[in-house]
Amino acid sequence: MDSTQVLADTLQKSEDNSSSWIVEHITDSSVLDIEPFGVIHLPSIQFNLFGMDLDLSITKHVVFLWIAAIILLILMRYTASRYKKSLIPKGIANVIEMIVTFIRDEIAAPTIGENYAVKFLPFLGTIFFFILTCNLLGLLPYGATATSNISVTGSLALISFLMIQGAGMKKNGVLGYIKGLIPHGVPVFLIPIMFVVELLGLFTKPFALTIRLFANMTAGHVVILALIGLIFILKTPFISPVSILFALFIYLLELLVALIQAYIFTMLSSLFIGMAIHQEH
Amino acid sequence: MFNVHLFLNFILLYSGGEKGGLLDINPGLIFWTIVTFILLLFLLKKVAWKPMLEALKQREDTIRDALEKSQQAKIEAEKILEENKKNLALAEEQTKKIIDEGKEFSNKLKADILEKANQNAKKILDQAKLEIERKKEEALGELKEVVADLTIQATEKLIDESLDKKKHRQLVNKFISTLPKH
Repeated sequence: MDSTQVLADTLQKSEDNSSSWIVEHITDSSVLDIEPFGVIHLPSIQFNLFGMDLDLSITKHVVFLWIAAIILLILMRYTASRYKKSLIPKGIANVIEMIVTFIRDEIAAPTIGENYAVKFLPFLGTIFFFILTCNLLGLLPYGATATSNISVTGSLALISFLMIQGAGMKKNGVLGYIKGLIPHGVPVFLIPIMFVVELLGLFTKPFALTIRLFANMTAGHVVILALIGLIFILKTPFISPVSILFALFIYLLELLVALIQAYIFTMLSSLFIGMAIHQEH
Repeated sequence: MFNVHLFLNFILLYSGGEKGGLLDINPGLIFWTIVTFILLLFLLKKVAWKPMLEALKQREDTIRDALEKSQQAKIEAEKILEENKKNLALAEEQTKKIIDEGKEFSNKLKADILEKANQNAKKILDQAKLEIERKKEEALGELKEVVADLTIQATEKLIDESLDKKKHRQLVNKFISTLPKH
């Protein structure tokens, strides 16, 4: 793809031109940059707990997590309230319902099973809409993609991991679950090795979730910023049509990626929950 | 989607050393993410998921009920239609039977009446014939008398000679019997 060539060029240029501004744009910071109107300094909360320095500062990404949460609360409350008036949804409620039934019938039901699907639907629905909203917020002007921060995706994967293990242990019992990690029919001398391998497998799943979401959400932004940066690096305005066209293309791609990544995260969480519940398969 | 090698290079370039690298893990952010997500999960569960999923289920049940009911109504309607058809066929059959019976009866009646009338007419005709026969006999008798008398008178006048009346009558009677009957 041409954009990778562009990125390579940009990287080469970065040897002499500082392009750390790209990273600055993507990473977390303690200020909200709303440029023509100035900047908002976010409160810093730091305290010492049992000799450990804890930094619970409100950062840009925390703010966007909260914005996403508030948007979701309002949207979902509105959708739910529509059902009180009539069982037939209209407008936005219809879209939300379509997605919810999709998560229920296409993601949860085939992977977890009809009976358990409804039980995990609140978790799966919340994680889908939360990731989707965070992804889309990053595409707005002045927006930041909280899901392009590895701490955020790691936390979400951690919650998903706990949910998977919890579901498995609740269904099969703690000992039964641990026993069930080793597949049937494994020779006795292989059991210790298999146990270690399976245990590692448990942890690689959330790790893969973390990296996948983080990398996908970061990559698009990096490419867009690099394309825009090309104008300044080459110091000519004539490159701007190319930059803008490519950036627009990547932006549209990111719109798709935002949806796909939310779907994949939900799908894989659902799949892992299903695997933890139905260990025999 | 993007060139992975380049991307990893990029990350490695900016992840080491300086603060604010791409792969920096920020415990505060982890804390806030978990808190935000769990809070959101509980709030949404209470505010949105429960009523929404209940409404969805309710609606699905309503639709299923309606479908089942309509299916039942259809079966019932078909049953009624079948029954109606049967009744109609029965009614038609009965009507035909009644009409046939009526026709048969009327035919019989007609034949009866005709026969009776014929009989009556024959009877009347026969009576009339008898009467006529009788009258004819009578008239013929009378006529014989009259003709005999007239003949006697005429003969008397013609021969102007009075014969013995008894002899005369014998003569005339002899003559008349030689006449053809009619």
